[in-house]
Amino acid sequence: MYPSRFRYESPTTVEEAIALLEEGKGEAKILAGGQSLVPMLKLRFANPEMLIDINNIPDLDFHRFEPDDTLRIGALCRHEHLEKSDVIRDRQPTIAAAAPLVADPIVRTRGTFVGSVCHGDPQGDWAACMMALDGVIVAQGPGGRRQIPVREFVTGPFQNVLAYNELAVEAVIPAPRGVPYGGYLKLERRVGDFATAAVAVAVEISGGSVTRAGIALTGVGGATLDAAEAAASLVGAPLSAEGNERAGELAAAASSPRTDHRGSASYKRHVISTFTKRILNGIAESEERAA
Amino acid sequence: MTSLYDEVTVTPVGVPVRRVTLTVNGERRSADVEPRLLLAHLLRQAFKLTGTHIGCDTTNCGACTVLFDGRPIKSCTMLAVQADGHEVETVEGLATASELHPVQEGFKEEHGLQCGYCTPGMMMTAKALLEENPNPSEDEIRWALSGNLCRCTGYQNIVKAVLWAADRMGASTDDETD
Repeated sequence: MYPSRFRYESPTTVEEAIALLEEGKGEAKILAGGQSLVPMLKLRFANPEMLIDINNIPDLDFHRFEPDDTLRIGALCRHEHLEKSDVIRDRQPTIAAAAPLVADPIVRTRGTFVGSVCHGDPQGDWAACMMALDGVIVAQGPGGRRQIPVREFVTGPFQNVLAYNELAVEAVIPAPRGVPYGGYLKLERRVGDFATAAVAVAVEISGGSVTRAGIALTGVGGATLDAAEAAASLVGAPLSAEGNERAGELAAAASSPRTDHRGSASYKRHVISTFTKRILNGIAESEERAA
Repeated sequence: MTSLYDEVTVTPVGVPVRRVTLTVNGERRSADVEPRLLLAHLLRQAFKLTGTHIGCDTTNCGACTVLFDGRPIKSCTMLAVQADGHEVETVEGLATASELHPVQEGFKEEHGLQCGYCTPGMMMTAKALLEENPNPSEDEIRWALSGNLCRCTGYQNIVKAVLWAADRMGASTDDETD
């Protein structure tokens, strides 16, 4: 298969990339890891006039914690860099749990975190993690930078709010208020398949009580779903078996899965409930051990 | 015999092309390519390195896996122009004139292939794994190879082949320290 013809540009600065986006007037596409875009070009679902390859822009391949514990992930940070990162393993459990489950190992060497969030696939793993963690996308345009909370960032399947002349330069995970716990569980028929259902959980615990919680669902709706009620039910109290059970039920209630070749709607709801509960019970155990 | 992929024109006439220069199996190679040409096609059509197979063409199967600056990537999912200035290693780069690479030897010894279609991709992924983790467990091998599909379902022997290679490569390192 072969993509349609396009003009190819490989800028070496963010400013140059933005100037090219301006010039493209909405008909230009950013190429980062390309693990979703190149297949779409080949299937001709995407036919941009111009492809702006940002892989030659230095200093976008990073992930680091700021002194205040904010996590910043650059536009070219590959999935595998997060998967193999010591700081992520030690300090950001939701992302650490999801990283080895994104696509397959070879796709992970190339695909990027920020690109995946921008792609806006309802089946994407990172959007759910971002949502559970209250993540923010930093967009840079000709007028400077602005911060877009992920809940406002993706507006529908494969759609985001970036203006035609804006580049998503990094993702920001706010500093936790308490000790961060979390997990990501995904049911897939085989490695690399889209999720039958997946759950991202992020919980912050201080003085034995939950200070903040986020739960987001992958693959069980037209977009990544925010199980806000389930998350809110956990805040202000220690995690408990009954509370976790209830959060699981609320998460399942927040999902709107469809029956398809991957499973029936009721089965998927059951998986959401079980996964939510399982992650929360795991957190309760590790918190007990730590205490 | 011509195949479907022989239809791919590397340097078409009358459309803009870009010169790409890259290192392939240690040799500097150049070609003028259309931006939409895929790396897999550059390797196969321009450089005649047909050991890199194209299987699914949809980023699922991993048959087209090559090493890009040492890391495995699916060459059907990268544009040839993106390889400009980079280093690519294909299955043709594994053996020397006189010796098979331990991974190749392992596939031979353990019958790690049936039809052979997935084999180049499997071997390139295995090579990258062993460079990163010279002594992988069976589980780690299965995990690392999980982006490479074998339609013959010969996974048992593929895993054994990689274990064999790890053993051989470990043994040769031991020899050197003796």
